[in-house]
Parts: sequence; structure tokens; C-alpha cells
Amino acid sequence: MYRYDGYDQQMLAERVAQFRDQTKRYMDGQLSDTEFLPLRLQNGLYIQRLAPMLRIAVPYGMLCSRQLRKLAYIANHYDKGYAHFTTRQNIQFNWPHLNDVPDLLADLAEVEMHAIQTSGNCIRNTTTDQFAGVAVDELEDSRGYCEIIRQWSTFHPEFAYLPRKFKIAVCGTAIDQAATQVHDIGIYIVKGPNEEIGFRILAGGGLGRTPVIGQEIFEFVEKKHLLTALEAILRVYNREGRRDNKYKARIKILVKETGVEEFQNKVFQEWELIKDSALMLTDEELNRCLGFFNSPDYDDLPDSPAALIENLRNDLLFAAWHTQNVKPHKKSGYSIVTLCFKETGVAPGDVTDRQLEQIADLADQYSFGEIRISHQQNIVMADVQQDQLYELWKQLKTGAMASHNLGLLTDVICCPGGDFCALANAKSIPIAEAIQRKFNDHEELCNIGEMNLNISGCMNACGHHHVGNIGILGVDKKGEEYYQVSLGGSSKNEASLGKIIGPSFAQEEIPDVVENIVSVYKDKRHEGEKFIDTYNRIGLDPFKEKVYAKAD
Amino acid sequence: MQKLISKDAVMDNQWTLLKVATGPEILQAVPGRNFIVPFKFWKLYREELNDYGGNIAIWLNSDEDISEIGNGLHRLPLIALNFPVFSDGRSYTNARELRQRYEYKGEVRAIGDVLRDQLYYMAQCGFDSFELRNDQDADLCLNAFEDFSTNYQATIAEPTPLFRRR
Repeated sequence: MYRYDGYDQQMLAERVAQFRDQTKRYMDGQLSDTEFLPLRLQNGLYIQRLAPMLRIAVPYGMLCSRQLRKLAYIANHYDKGYAHFTTRQNIQFNWPHLNDVPDLLADLAEVEMHAIQTSGNCIRNTTTDQFAGVAVDELEDSRGYCEIIRQWSTFHPEFAYLPRKFKIAVCGTAIDQAATQVHDIGIYIVKGPNEEIGFRILAGGGLGRTPVIGQEIFEFVEKKHLLTALEAILRVYNREGRRDNKYKARIKILVKETGVEEFQNKVFQEWELIKDSALMLTDEELNRCLGFFNSPDYDDLPDSPAALIENLRNDLLFAAWHTQNVKPHKKSGYSIVTLCFKETGVAPGDVTDRQLEQIADLADQYSFGEIRISHQQNIVMADVQQDQLYELWKQLKTGAMASHNLGLLTDVICCPGGDFCALANAKSIPIAEAIQRKFNDHEELCNIGEMNLNISGCMNACGHHHVGNIGILGVDKKGEEYYQVSLGGSSKNEASLGKIIGPSFAQEEIPDVVENIVSVYKDKRHEGEKFIDTYNRIGLDPFKEKVYAKAD
Repeated sequence: MQKLISKDAVMDNQWTLLKVATGPEILQAVPGRNFIVPFKFWKLYREELNDYGGNIAIWLNSDEDISEIGNGLHRLPLIALNFPVFSDGRSYTNARELRQRYEYKGEVRAIGDVLRDQLYYMAQCGFDSFELRNDQDADLCLNAFEDFSTNYQATIAEPTPLFRRR
């Protein structure tokens, strides 16, 4: 993975010093709340319902064991012994004290980590496929490009006070696991007219109050123009994005109101001026950044070794986990393992300090000392030898990290919701738990098959409810918490936004509603058809009839 | 009294900023010889202003279009860009466009809600003088230009991005 040089380390140290000074001036009353607000947000610090919440950046989800151990220390020392994986591949702490934050940031800086631009109206953490570099269907590893974007977007002096937050995703795989089309900018690594690698760039996608699928701005740009193309889009957005209404300030509204062609013209006008400037990437820089993500030292090993086959035959629980959580790797003899953090009774994405330490040890032992966080709030060990899978699984069981529900109905994406977040209209964690309790039979879950259920506690859509096969949104109805259900969303290649099924439900009704939806699917599905495909074939009405039947 | 600074020092302010101006007679009514006038006013009275004996500069709000300055641009000794509120980031882009697209060589001044914690970024985008909000401490603000030792990006102050200097 990327390692800091003297420049990176120096700028990070300067940032810590800057924020220490800003915090001090705020405490001394020299900075008003309004003036301190964007400064603390751009260092990941929210003032929340119970305490400040600090969001730590995990660039494109990559962490090494040294960093995991530091996070475990922070969870233990500054928090109540746990951390939370977010839907942007980041990590949040829910209980640090404002006074402690500068020290906490200094601790993080020791392991090349920070909380820079994890919130606020600026360019946020760039995300990508959690299988980048090891996926079988990959054109090129996206992480080197993500790192180039990370550096360009970090402390960009012109784009620190955008109209609204700005999120970029990069996807290099045939199957899009990065929800690329619902980002302010979505970048696909593609082949150009002469088979050379470059980028297709979309803009104006996003979730939130007005969900929109991104529109193509650049059909193809060469590698060297990655940053000039991004800078041109951001310049038009910064100048022309709406600032009169917070709910209309995202780039998706600008693209829609301007019209995609006119917006594209404006971007090209800016791009023309800078495309051959010093910002054009050099071969040296491309090689430097991409070089940090070369494959580790793989051994030459056969696929499906005899020991693995035998363990799969003898241990049914292991076999169930293997079927669900282990995916093929580009290199023979290796597998991609996902640790599913969706144990019933634990808030989705929550992890304890002890687990973080154990993950670090296991990563060192089995996966070249690195892990990734997925936007589904799980952990990926990307390079596990197939003949070591059984050992790894046994160790995961001792740490309560061997849940085998990956990609199934109970692998819920869920924001912190009203239990923690000051913005939320409704709780989300108890909804996830109630659904998990209802569907507690693994065989039945496997029978239902691939299914994304996403829950957000408010319109801001941190739980990505619009792109859940089943999406649940917490709403406020005259001071009471209600839940709106939508069907048919997807963040994959055929991205689509869910349709609202009808009037919202009380909290206790939700598990039955989900059960009714699932039963319609089971009745109507063709052999081997996924939920989303059945939905696309039969539409919303059969689900609606069943769900509201009792009320009539 | 509002303080004016450059990246290195507290400066004497040679200019009188007219936040509003109704007609050219105001230049006689207010003391001073060098005026920063509103962009709209300048567009309306360009002819009359040619005959004024002192110096004329303009200021633009963050939502005004710098491409409308047109031909007279390079004769202007100073252009001030307003921050109606510090969190309105448009003037960063406008400063950069003045320098890069229009190759403006005169003084670019930040006015309005100009605070210590945004000065570093402003300087990188091509501003070279800063009229601080009343309550700001000028000495404290002068430190702001050293918040960072370098940038990753290609900026006006450092046109070579870090990746070409590493």
C-alpha cells in the first residue's frame, strides 16, 4: 500500500499543529461556533447527540496491521472500547472529548492516518471496490489512481469551501462494487480506442434527498488527464453550484438545472485551458503511485488443495462460511475473505478494540498484513492462501468474526441513526436488529439468496437506502418515528433507485413487512432468479398488494 | 480601523473602498483619490470614470462574472474580490481565473469576511493583499501564511504540483 514520504508526513504534521491551534482558539473564545464549524468538520469532528463524533479517513478503505493496532489503542484510550465502520470505508469513534482530539490526531499521524476532509463541504475520501487489485474481473487496480486523487484533493486551496460535500468513487472491475454511479464524480477505468487504459468520467450522481444516477461528462480521457479533468469539473461546480439552498447545492442539481450538454461545454472550456498544464500527470508519477500497489509476493499454489476440500466436507459450518464469505482471487491458490460484521445484536459495522487487534494479528499471519473496509461495513482480507482458510476461520470464530451471512438479507447496511446521529429522524440500528432476529435461520437466508437491505435514519442516506434491493428510510411523522420502504434499488452496474412501496410503517411492523416482501419473491421467482431480477420482471404491484393486504 | 496585510507585513491602505456608489459625483464627495468601486457602478459609468483624476479599481461580489470585465481588465491596477461570508468559496475560483485564464498581473485583494483560517488558501489561489475583518489580529494573521510548507496541487503561488517536484 501507499507509504508516506517526507512531504506527506510534513504536511500531516502541519495539519495537526494547525488544528491544535484552532481548537485552542475556539476554547479561548477567539473563534465563534460558526467559524470553528467548517474547520472541525474538515477534521472529521461532529458535535453529536451524546458526545463529539470523530470520523477517521481510511483512503479507499486500505489499512495495514500497524494502523489497526493504533485504532485499537484509540478505541480503548479515547473511546469506550469500540469503533464503527462507515459506508464510505471510513472509521468513526463516538465518544472522544473535544479537548482530546488534537492529541488523538497526533497519535494517528504516527501511523500515516488522519481525519482530513471526512466531513464538511469539500472533497471527501475517495472510495473504490474493496476487491481492487485481487478481483478476477479487473481491468486495472484502481488504488493507485485513488491515491493520486487523494493527494490532489487533500488541502486543495480552491475547493475547501464548495457549495456542498463532494464524493468521488473509482471502479476498475467489470462488476461495480463501488456504487460508482451514485457519486458526485464516478470514474470507470476503461479501454480507449487504441486499447490503452484511461477513464470514463460521470458527474452529478448522488443519493441524499434527491437521488440521481450520474451522467457521462468524459467518454474517455487518457491517464495523464485524470487530474485536469477532475479539476475542470470542480471549478465549474465551485463557481456555479447553488449556494442559496443547502438541499439544492450538490452537483447533481447543477448538472440537472444546467442540462448535461451545457454543463459539459462549461467543463470542456475549463479543461481546454489546463489540460496540458503542469497538472497533467507524468509517467514518473503514475508509475510511482501505481507501484505502491504491486502484487505481494504470492507463492505458486494450486487452486482447491486437498486439505481444503476435506475440511469443507467434514465441517458443515466452515463450508457454509466458505460458500458465503470466500470469493475467487485472481491468483491461483489464494482467496478473498470477507469478515461480516453483522452479528445479530451488535450494531452493523461496530468492532471492538480487542477485535481490531485480532484482525491485525490475523492480517499479519494470513494476508500480508493488510485489510480493506468495504462500503457494506465489513472487513476484507484480500490475499489468503486457500490451504490456510480453515485455520483462519477457526481463529475468526474465537473472535466472533465468523458470521456467514455475507451478501444475504441480514448483511444489512445501516447508518448510526437516531441512537447517535444528531441529524437522524429515526433510529436505524434497532430496525436492523429486529429484522436480523426475524430471519435467524441460515438455511432460509440462503434460500432467499443475494439481497441488499439498506437502512438510513434520515434523508441524508448514509445507509444508502435508495440503492438497497429493499431500502428502509426513517421519517418523522408528527414527532413519531416511521419507516418508508422502497424496493428495486441497486448500486451495481445496472444501477437503479428504489421505488417507494406506499405509506410508511411503524417500527414494530417492519420485520413483518420485510417477511411479506420476501414471501412474494419466493412465490413468484423463476428457478435461480435473484430478488432484484424478479422485482424487475414483475414490478412493484404484487409486493404492494401483499404488504398492504391486512390493512384493508 | 480595518487592517490590510500582504503575505509578509501589515500594509498602508492606499485605497478607499466604496461598498455602494450611486453616481460619479460620489468620488468628489468622499475624501481620498484612489477608489475601489462596485463592479456594476464601473460598468455603468466607465466613460465618466476615465475623466477622474485619481485611480479607479473595482470590486466584485462572489456571484459576479469576471468574464464581463472585458477589455478594460489590464488597465485596472487592482481588483478586489468579496467574501460575503467566509464559507462562500467562489472568490477562490474567481481569483484563480483572473490569474490563470485572464493573466491579470495587478493586485488581487480579498475583502469582506476575511479571517485568519482561510488566508493560506487565499494566498495559494492568487490573492496578494487581504483586508481583514475588523476583529482580526493582524500579527496572528501573518502567521497563517506559514500553516503549510507546500501543497500537492498546482496553485497560482506554486504552479508546479508536488508530483513534479518530489
